[in-house]
Amino acid sequence: MEIPYTIEERSDTGLYNAKLGIWLFLASEVMLFGGLFSAYIFLRYGAPEGAFHEWGQELNIPLATLNTLILISSSVTMVMSWASLKLQDIKKYKLYMGLTLLCALGFLFIKYLEYTAKFDHHIYPSTNTFFAIYFTLTSLHGLHIIGGMIVLFYLWIPGRKMWESQPVQFTNRIEIVGLYWHFVDLVWIFLFPILYLL
Amino acid sequence: MSSGHDTKDIQQHIKVYMIVFTALAVLTLVTVGASYLDLSSGEAILLALTIASVKGSLVAGYFMHLISEKALITWILMLTAIFFFVLMFIPMTSFIDQARLG
Repeated sequence: MEIPYTIEERSDTGLYNAKLGIWLFLASEVMLFGGLFSAYIFLRYGAPEGAFHEWGQELNIPLATLNTLILISSSVTMVMSWASLKLQDIKKYKLYMGLTLLCALGFLFIKYLEYTAKFDHHIYPSTNTFFAIYFTLTSLHGLHIIGGMIVLFYLWIPGRKMWESQPVQFTNRIEIVGLYWHFVDLVWIFLFPILYLL
Repeated sequence: MSSGHDTKDIQQHIKVYMIVFTALAVLTLVTVGASYLDLSSGEAILLALTIASVKGSLVAGYFMHLISEKALITWILMLTAIFFFVLMFIPMTSFIDQARLG
């Protein structure tokens, strides 16, 4: 049996089902990260005056700035891979999707450098409450990057054959994974200032 | 298959994506630069969160197409925003309690 509303919009929602599904999922993700942001506020105000800022000085701002720029770039290449499919250009899709994955790898590599630098200085989640929430938030975010990369890779190579039989549905799949990817970028846009700059 | 009209639309979108990308990159550098200014803790938090909110709105509005998305999604997100602010408000209440206890 064919799954309904993978392409055409439902008359009651005005959306194809996967789009409604991903937005509901993203709403639940807002609450997941929201809980941890809430914990961040608790810990920041519970710490001695100025301590959170001082503990955060151990972090590497230039590397994190570079990582922010890499993640923003990956959002652009992601949306460009969707736009390429809209323009019927599968070659450009492959290029932009590949670049998105490359940016994701770059982001994880820099994160790895940051983590190992901290461990070398004997800084762990147990060091203080700032690093407890820093490692929790950034590792959860990193897991989202890894999860996204698995799906992106699938759609880049093995899943791409759908383009030949179901081009519109495939384009919708890219839009859906794109919405997730932009959300992961959006979370980082808030994590960067609260962890590194404040 | 996309019509000529669609193609023109998408090409217009691509121009917007490039402008948004530039704005996001510039705002990232601005927020880093601002963190070196001699601001009070409250001012620094307000400034950083304002810039982050602008950047977040650009991503959500243009890359996630929220500015032209169906009303149902806007409603879902407004409901999410309300619950998110409740979640942020919960720790705030503990500070009020702390102040009351002196």
